[in-house]
Formats: sequence, C-alpha cells, structure tokens
Amino acid sequence: MNKDLYKYILGLADNCLILGQRLGELCGHGPSLETDIACTNLSLDLLGQVRSYYQYAAKLKGNDVTEDDIAFLRIEREYLNVLLVEQQNTDFAYVMSRQFLFDTYHLLLLNELQKSHDVTLAAIAKKSIKEVSYHYRFSSDWIKRLGDGTSESHQKMQNAIDALWTYTDELFHQTEADKMMVKQGIGVDVTKLKETFYNKVSDILLEATLVVPESKYFQKGGKHGVHTEHFGFILSDLQYMQRTYPKMQW
Amino acid sequence: MKKNWPLWEIFVRSKNGLEHRHFGSLHAADAEMALENARDVYTRRNEGVSIWVVESKHITASNPENNGELFEPAQDKVYRHPTFYDLPDDIKHM
Amino acid sequence: MSEEKLKNLEEQFEARIARDEKIEPKDWMPEKYRKTHIRQISQHAHSEVVGMLPEGNWITRAPSLRRKVALLAKIQDEAGHGLYLYSACETLGISRNELYDQLHSGKAKYSSIFNYPTISWADIGAIGWLVDGAAIINQVPLCNTSFGPYARAMVRVCKEESFHQRQGYEIMLKLCQGTQEQKDMAQDALNRWWWPSLMMFGPTDAESTHTAQSMKWKLKRKTNDELRQQFIDQTVPQAEILGITVPDSDLKWNEERGHYDFGKIDWDEFWQVVKGHGPCNKERMTARVSAWEEGEWVRDAAMAYAEKQKTKKINKAV
Repeated sequence: MNKDLYKYILGLADNCLILGQRLGELCGHGPSLETDIACTNLSLDLLGQVRSYYQYAAKLKGNDVTEDDIAFLRIEREYLNVLLVEQQNTDFAYVMSRQFLFDTYHLLLLNELQKSHDVTLAAIAKKSIKEVSYHYRFSSDWIKRLGDGTSESHQKMQNAIDALWTYTDELFHQTEADKMMVKQGIGVDVTKLKETFYNKVSDILLEATLVVPESKYFQKGGKHGVHTEHFGFILSDLQYMQRTYPKMQW
Repeated sequence: MKKNWPLWEIFVRSKNGLEHRHFGSLHAADAEMALENARDVYTRRNEGVSIWVVESKHITASNPENNGELFEPAQDKVYRHPTFYDLPDDIKHM
Repeated sequence: MSEEKLKNLEEQFEARIARDEKIEPKDWMPEKYRKTHIRQISQHAHSEVVGMLPEGNWITRAPSLRRKVALLAKIQDEAGHGLYLYSACETLGISRNELYDQLHSGKAKYSSIFNYPTISWADIGAIGWLVDGAAIINQVPLCNTSFGPYARAMVRVCKEESFHQRQGYEIMLKLCQGTQEQKDMAQDALNRWWWPSLMMFGPTDAESTHTAQSMKWKLKRKTNDELRQQFIDQTVPQAEILGITVPDSDLKWNEERGHYDFGKIDWDEFWQVVKGHGPCNKERMTARVSAWEEGEWVRDAAMAYAEKQKTKKINKAV
C-alpha cells in the first residue's frame, strides 16, 4: 500500500470529519430554525465527503478494513486534521469564522485536487466542489452580515477572527507525505494557495468592515497528529460507542 | 429598525418544463438568505432546479369569490398576518 | 354582524368542509376554527423542534458514519417539518415570534414524549420505531384535513416521515441481531419508551374534550383510543420480529375483538409530564430558550445588515 497516499487521504478527510463533528454539536441550538437546517446541511455534506475518502483509504489498506475502523479507531496522534477545525463552537461568530476560513481554503484546494492524477481523488473533488462552493457562499455571506451588522455583532466577529487567525497558516504546511503526493501529481501543493487565500479572506473581511489581523504567531501541529486540548474531548464523544462496545455491528 | 426577519414566500420549479409552485414560507433577513434557506429547506431531496423568493408583503392577492363584502379589511394581503402592517416600532400592545 | 348572518356563514362554512372543500387562509372562518387550528398546528410545530433535542444528543456519539449521517438527516427533516408547520400556522394571523413566546413561556404545549431522556444508542432506534411510528398514525389522516396549508404541510411531512421510522426500526433490528449486550440495550430501550409512546395518543376518549369538534373539521378521523389500539396492533408483531418483549404483562391477543388487549396506562405519569414535571421538561425548555435568546444578536445583526444594504441600493440608484 502507498503509505503516503493513505496519509494524504487522511489529511484531507480528517479536516472534514472533525469540522462535521463540531457542526453536529450545534443541531437544535442555533439562532434560528433556518440556520439550524443550514448548519446541519454543511455537516451532512462534509460527512458525505469523509465517507468517500475513508472508503477509498479502506480499500487501499485492504484486510477488510472499513470506513468506520478508520473514522473511529485511531489514536489521537493518528488524526491529521488541522487545528482550526478542532476549535470550539464558542458562539455563532466563531462558528461562522471557522467555517469561512476553512471554506475559503477548501474551495481553493478542491479546485486543484480536481486535476489530481489519482482518478478517485479527482472524482471526489469534482463532486465535493459543488457543495463547497455553496458552503463558501453561505459562510462568507454570514461574515458580511455579522461584520457589518450591529456594533455588537461587529465586535463579536472581530474577536472571533482575531482568535482563529493564528490557525490559518497551518493550512499551507506540507508533511513529507504531502510533498511525496505533490511530486507524483496526486496531491495539491498547498503552499501555492497561500497568497490567494489571504487575499480572498482579506477582501471579504474588509467588505465586512472588519480589520484583517496582523498576527505574526501561528499555531501548528495538527497535520502531524499533535492536537489541541479540545481534541481528546472530541474523540471521547466520537469514539465512545466503538470503544465501549468493540467489534460490534450497528 | 425592524428587528423581526420578514416572511418570504417560496416558489420552486422541480424540473425543467414544469412551472414554479408555491411550496410554503420562511423567515429571512434578506433575499440572499431567503434563497439559501429555501434551498436548504425545500430542495433537500433534489427537488428543485429553480427557486423564486418573494417577500410576502409584496404579493397582491385576489379575493375569494364568496362573501366579498364580509371580507377582511386589508383585502390585498396574502394572510391575516398582523406583522404585515408597517407600524412604528414604539407602539405598545399591538 | 347580525347573529343570523353569522349563523348563516357558519352553516355555509361547515357545509364546505363536509363537501371536502379546503379552507384557505383568506376564507371566512369561525374564530373558534382559527384558534383551534393555531393551537393544534403550533403544538405540532413545537413538537418537531423540541424533538430535535433528544435525538441531537447522539449525533456526536453515533456508532458508525452511516448512522451519524442518517441521524443528522432525520433531525434536519424535523427542523424542516417545524418550519413547514410554523409557516402553515402563520397564515392564520400569528407571528413566529408570538409562537416562540408561547412555547418558551410554557403557554403552548408540545408532545410530552420529548420530555424523556435518550440515555443509550438504542433509544435512537426506539424513537424512530415507536415515536415516529405513533406520529405517522396521527399524521396520515391529517393529509386530508380541512385547512389547506396544514393539509399540504402534512403531505410533505408524511412523505419524509416513513424514512424516519424505517431508519429507527433498522437500528433496532441490527441491535437485536447483534451481541447479547446489544440485545439487552434494545430491550432496555423498549422497556422505557413503550408506555410513553402509548401516551402520545392522548387521554382516553372518556377524558378527551375536543374530539367532536375536531372530527367535524377533519383534524381527527379516529378517536385517541382507536389510534392507540391501531398502534399497538401494528407494533406488537414488529417487536416479535425483533425478538424483544413489550413490557406489558397484560398484553394478549383477543381473538374475539380482533385486537390486542393491553394493560393499564399510568395516567398519573402522563399528567405529571404534561404539567412540566417529566425527566427533561426543564432541560428541553432551557435549551430552546437559550438558543433563541443567545441568538438574538445574530438575528438583529442580519436585519441591520439587510437594512444597510437596502439603503445602499437606494443611494446608488439615486
């Protein structure tokens, strides 16, 4: 099995899994029924993508490994998601900021991934990009609404963007496996997306009358399996059933 | 400033060749949100190729045939909806 | 309006319904019809929305990806149902804000089944199987109810509801075909959800106040007891297929009646829960009230933004 390809797929999928999981926590608690439905939609789309990725990874692993084995039975160090998606649902401004920052990146990523030499990944990207285009439109609209809404929402949005900014740089890091995949024409060179990302994000923030943070210090580690304190608790929920009742069918 | 999200009527064309049909209503702050919400609520199972949203207050309705003179005074409103009437925000008990 | 004219209108109104004509929002209607429908439709809507909470508890802990997405989709459907029903209700001249006020203040009720806790994964199966099963029995007749918007909303709801029940039953089936621990989990869930599900059909016919009027307006086709019996008759064989036992020692097929005889329902428990003293009443209300209150700044911001955009457009055009 191509170990680098396997790791690469996990990197792509784990972001969607953890973000989908965070969005799932919101169900029934959103500011309106309409936004509840919208956020659940985001979660469903992301988890659908996760399943495509993990099913592919499972096939590569062979030995009757399933999508669920990959989703639920790794230890913390084996999850390769970025730190951004682990951040909590502190308030709706945080939820939308996290979403917007990820969606901007995700859309750029998928746009390139469509050209992957790996037929399966290209196909997943082609299908996902339709969903993610909508996610981006949705989250960027909310950045504008909240940034340029009331003074209270403006402040909350600024706080959220300031707090999450430190997690943006990691999106453009590459692990050794990533670099291998880029060499083989399978993976996307995310370092090339960085400038466009920050330009796009700045444009929206400015339109939303928000200040673009000038932070110089960025957090990292997720892509190498070194996560934040939140991650253990996420796994407690996620893995509870599979760990408590091992090897059963649901 | 009005604080309540206005009501919008949603029309969906399920398939090319069919007309738009009235599917129901929802609340949204603006047309963009109304479209997004309508997509999420009414086309979850791939039920639509086109969505129209119209603020309910912009719809003019005819009177049903019977009992013309016994009708609700605001004859052009779609519903009996009380918040269709633009009153100043600081009116109490209304 | 003279009393005679009013009586005339009422007679014409009832005749229309008897002819199976639909009543639409702008049609003349007796005030009682309007109020009754507001009460029933809003309670139905509130139930969908509050119902998202006991199931929402298990989204992050669903035991497989397939179950996780199915559960998310189901709950999303319920939010959508709430929306269709609030829409239908609003056509009768009441605002969404007022409806939420009624719910949050405790003035309006919602189905008491949602005041029970979901303490195991099997509960999610039991809810789909039993609670949605009971809901379907109540809802299918409503597709023909006299008030147009309610009938149309119910058609949409019923179309989506059958997936919910099947999903729940499949969860139970998988558990019952699994390990002893899983079978025990399923049996335990049935033990806790059976009687509350029977209570979903409301008090006995002898204790029911609104029945005659509701029948005339096609809000009800059968009585509470008739529907409850229908539910029991159809569900007991389903439990037998699963291989788990309904927690009623008096449950017995009665050949003469052609129905199952069943034991006494604890009506004290029913009224206790309805009056606000069930296991989760406070939590459910707190969750809904918090979501609404904590979301106020978001809704205000959206309106403020919309107003600003409108002003910008006007200034541009000028």
